[in-house]
Amino acid sequence: MMRRFAARITFRSSAWVALLALATLAGCKQNAPPVPGLKATAAGTAIVESSGGHQVGVTGTALTDPLVVQVNDDQGTAVPGALVEFHGPAGVSFDPAAMITDSSGQATTSVTLGSIAGRYQLSAVTPGKSRPVTVEIVATALGYQQRLGSILADKHCNRCHDPESSPQRVSNYDNLEVKPHPFTEGNTLNRMSDADLTSIILHGGPALNRSALMPPYGNTLSAADVRALIAYTRAVADPPYQPAGTVYARK
Amino acid sequence: MKKSLSSAWQALFGDPVRAFGVVSLGLLLALAIAPAKEHFSQWHGYQRQYTRLIRDRGDAVSLRRRFVPGIHQIWLPDLGVVDRCTTCHLGLNEASLADVSQQPFRKHPAIPHTLDGFGCVICHGGQGAATTVAEAHHSERAGEEPILPARYIESGCGQCHQNALPGTPQLNLGRTMLTRYGCVHCHAITLPDGSKVVATDHPPSLAHVADKTTREWIYSWLKDPQAFAASTTMPNYKLSDADASDISAYLVSASTPQAGDTAAAGVQSVAHADPSAGPSLYGESFCSSCHAVQNAAGNLVGGDVGPELTRIGNKVRPEWLMAWLENPRIYDATTPMPHYRFTAQQIVTLAGYLQGKSDSDYGANVHLDTADGRQIAHGRKLIVELGCAACHEINGVQKPENFAPELSTIGSKPLAQIVFLPGMEHTMSSYIVAKIREPRAFGTSVKMPQFALTASQTDALTTALLALTNRSRTMPDKLRVAAIPETNYQPAGHAGKLINELACFSCHRFNGRGGDMAPDLSWEGSAVERQWLTDFLHNPNTLRPSLIRRMPRFNLSDSDNKELTDYILTVYQSPSIDPELAPTAANSPEIVEHGRQLFYSKYACQACHIVDTKTDKGYIGPTLTQVGSRLTAAWVYAWLRNPQALRPGTTEPNQNLSDDDARALTAFLMSLKGPAGRGAKQ
Repeated sequence: MMRRFAARITFRSSAWVALLALATLAGCKQNAPPVPGLKATAAGTAIVESSGGHQVGVTGTALTDPLVVQVNDDQGTAVPGALVEFHGPAGVSFDPAAMITDSSGQATTSVTLGSIAGRYQLSAVTPGKSRPVTVEIVATALGYQQRLGSILADKHCNRCHDPESSPQRVSNYDNLEVKPHPFTEGNTLNRMSDADLTSIILHGGPALNRSALMPPYGNTLSAADVRALIAYTRAVADPPYQPAGTVYARK
Repeated sequence: MKKSLSSAWQALFGDPVRAFGVVSLGLLLALAIAPAKEHFSQWHGYQRQYTRLIRDRGDAVSLRRRFVPGIHQIWLPDLGVVDRCTTCHLGLNEASLADVSQQPFRKHPAIPHTLDGFGCVICHGGQGAATTVAEAHHSERAGEEPILPARYIESGCGQCHQNALPGTPQLNLGRTMLTRYGCVHCHAITLPDGSKVVATDHPPSLAHVADKTTREWIYSWLKDPQAFAASTTMPNYKLSDADASDISAYLVSASTPQAGDTAAAGVQSVAHADPSAGPSLYGESFCSSCHAVQNAAGNLVGGDVGPELTRIGNKVRPEWLMAWLENPRIYDATTPMPHYRFTAQQIVTLAGYLQGKSDSDYGANVHLDTADGRQIAHGRKLIVELGCAACHEINGVQKPENFAPELSTIGSKPLAQIVFLPGMEHTMSSYIVAKIREPRAFGTSVKMPQFALTASQTDALTTALLALTNRSRTMPDKLRVAAIPETNYQPAGHAGKLINELACFSCHRFNGRGGDMAPDLSWEGSAVERQWLTDFLHNPNTLRPSLIRRMPRFNLSDSDNKELTDYILTVYQSPSIDPELAPTAANSPEIVEHGRQLFYSKYACQACHIVDTKTDKGYIGPTLTQVGSRLTAAWVYAWLRNPQALRPGTTEPNQNLSDDDARALTAFLMSLKGPAGRGAKQ
């Protein structure tokens, strides 16, 4: 009897503690603590991403380009002097993590990704006039294998598979009669199994009854290279790739 | 007090039976300490958490079967590894835990090595034998090093792999920077195999510097090299005005004239040419393959083999520049710049154009008084103290030996020997980063200059330095992967002299020596036809229209051209290519047609190559419209069978062609002779 009572007491008190903690957290979120040294002189009603979204970086390192967001008012005009805070999952750091928008209404920060490979959901928040407004930004961190895949893709695949053209590396995409799938094209590639991707890389397009413009790489790339390439395409796929998962027989 | 003690004694040990009971109870309690300590230990808590984590998963049965309670250990005596990390990091090898993000149970990302083969601390640092988180991850005690931040993880690879791995771009960049930024001029680095790291930069000799430039320019340069050329590797020594003035005074006074390095004969009399000819000659000569120029937007455009030319007009004396353009090897016998054999008219045009690349504001306020003997002597003293002669040849100053601390095992330097700045994290990586970023912050007497590096360059350099550990020296030889060293191959005879003069090695590779900007020519003699090569050396036409960097045109005389052609065709022959095995020239039209079918349908070569300029659009590989007059049948056949065997790393995929297909394709390609009349000299 005594023991049950004690157990209930502990449960009840811990529930109270949890509730209290939640309330405190929620409170924090509602009215963000003022960042020392930053004083907002204006407030907008919308926040949009200007540049730096959808970047692909390497775990534990800074993204190449800074992340830029812009605070706007009702008319869509940029608002200088508004406070912007950047948030991300554990391991992500921003430099600076909070700032006041510049004369063109923009806030710029450099992002260092965490040490776990995968997609990172980042957000930028501005207090707003009546309620805080947020914009969500996606960044992808590549692990060792995925980055090896990205290096191999740059060497062997992207000249055709990447439609982006630059003077340094002219894309061949537009010259092909049958257009290859960019590796970010999740809608198509997510529906292909690892085995299908492997065989199209190893034996070329005709292996899956597709165009012969895709040559076979089975005698050029190693099995580990092909695995790395597939890991890379899975990492950058948009919409994100959901592995089918393993089915286990239960006892 | 005494009374209560004696009554307690009486209560416990007054009666022999009770005393026995009390002592037994005490013994039992003492015996329970060890199991209790284990039960309440940190790792045991993690193992309990892990069993709870796997309990509800679909494959709980197999996960539990593989879970062994207790302390785990990876022991590799050869490598000095005793790692107990897997005691808590229980999911490292469990593929089905890929979705778990909670540490310490995450699956290890895919890497080329097994956990059991190398352990953990070789790459991650930390104390492998420790069984608490604090000691394993954060210990700073003598001889111990906290865990390595993830962004330097490639340094682990560099301990065994001295070669450039495709998966470690940061380490490779760091190693290139060690040689390119001249770190090893001052800091000796001996690799585990006993070889020394050799600098690949080309710091100019200052023995005749007064012929080339003015004392005022040297002064401005010394004050801030990056203000003159943003991309220069010369660091900033943060000199005072007086010190910079004294050093420039010594350099100018010690400089000796060099015969022929100013005012080339017969050039100065030529009248200045049409100003618009300058940019087109600069473009035609592909100067930008090696030299960069800042454009209006402030971006550098061009190569990084030679110095940046944005403000070259502020620097060089016109008469020196003309002599340099006529033959750079008179001023600097080992320069990577080719001897272009420009005509007098071209030299005047190009020199005039380059002189125009100047900034009237640069050095405008520099007025130096003539230096007296005391100032010149002070300049020399500074040059000795700062170690300028470690990189540059300077008259009257000897090259110092071991000028700065050796860095061969910097990655294992005990933290106890390091003086950290206040507020700095006590780790080797943060020390190296801080030292590279701002060396003089560690004391005003530090001689190391300020390099202009980006954050990612600093990280790369740190990664390369952290790879220089004691373990990389003590590990078994069989684990070591050696770098492929640059050979000291030197072509012979008159042709060899030509190859050096034209600086072919700056872009092309021959027998393991040279640059990687242009194709490896070690086997060029087996590949090309004589007439094509002769024409190409006279006037290089482009094979890959999408490339920016191209082969420049040298004004070779007919005899020099023949000398070079003969040498390439005779010496650079591949032993693996047998002209006898190649399809004969007399191919039937049926075979050629079959080859065409294979080209367009089965192998779809038009994805990357152009044969018919009207229909084909692929331009990843070279244009093949005239391949029959360019390449030999034997080379084409061997290339089709296995491109990587002839040129390792080439992007053309090996399609594993059958002998018949390769012969038919060769027949088709050899039938592509190009427009009639080609082959005749222009």
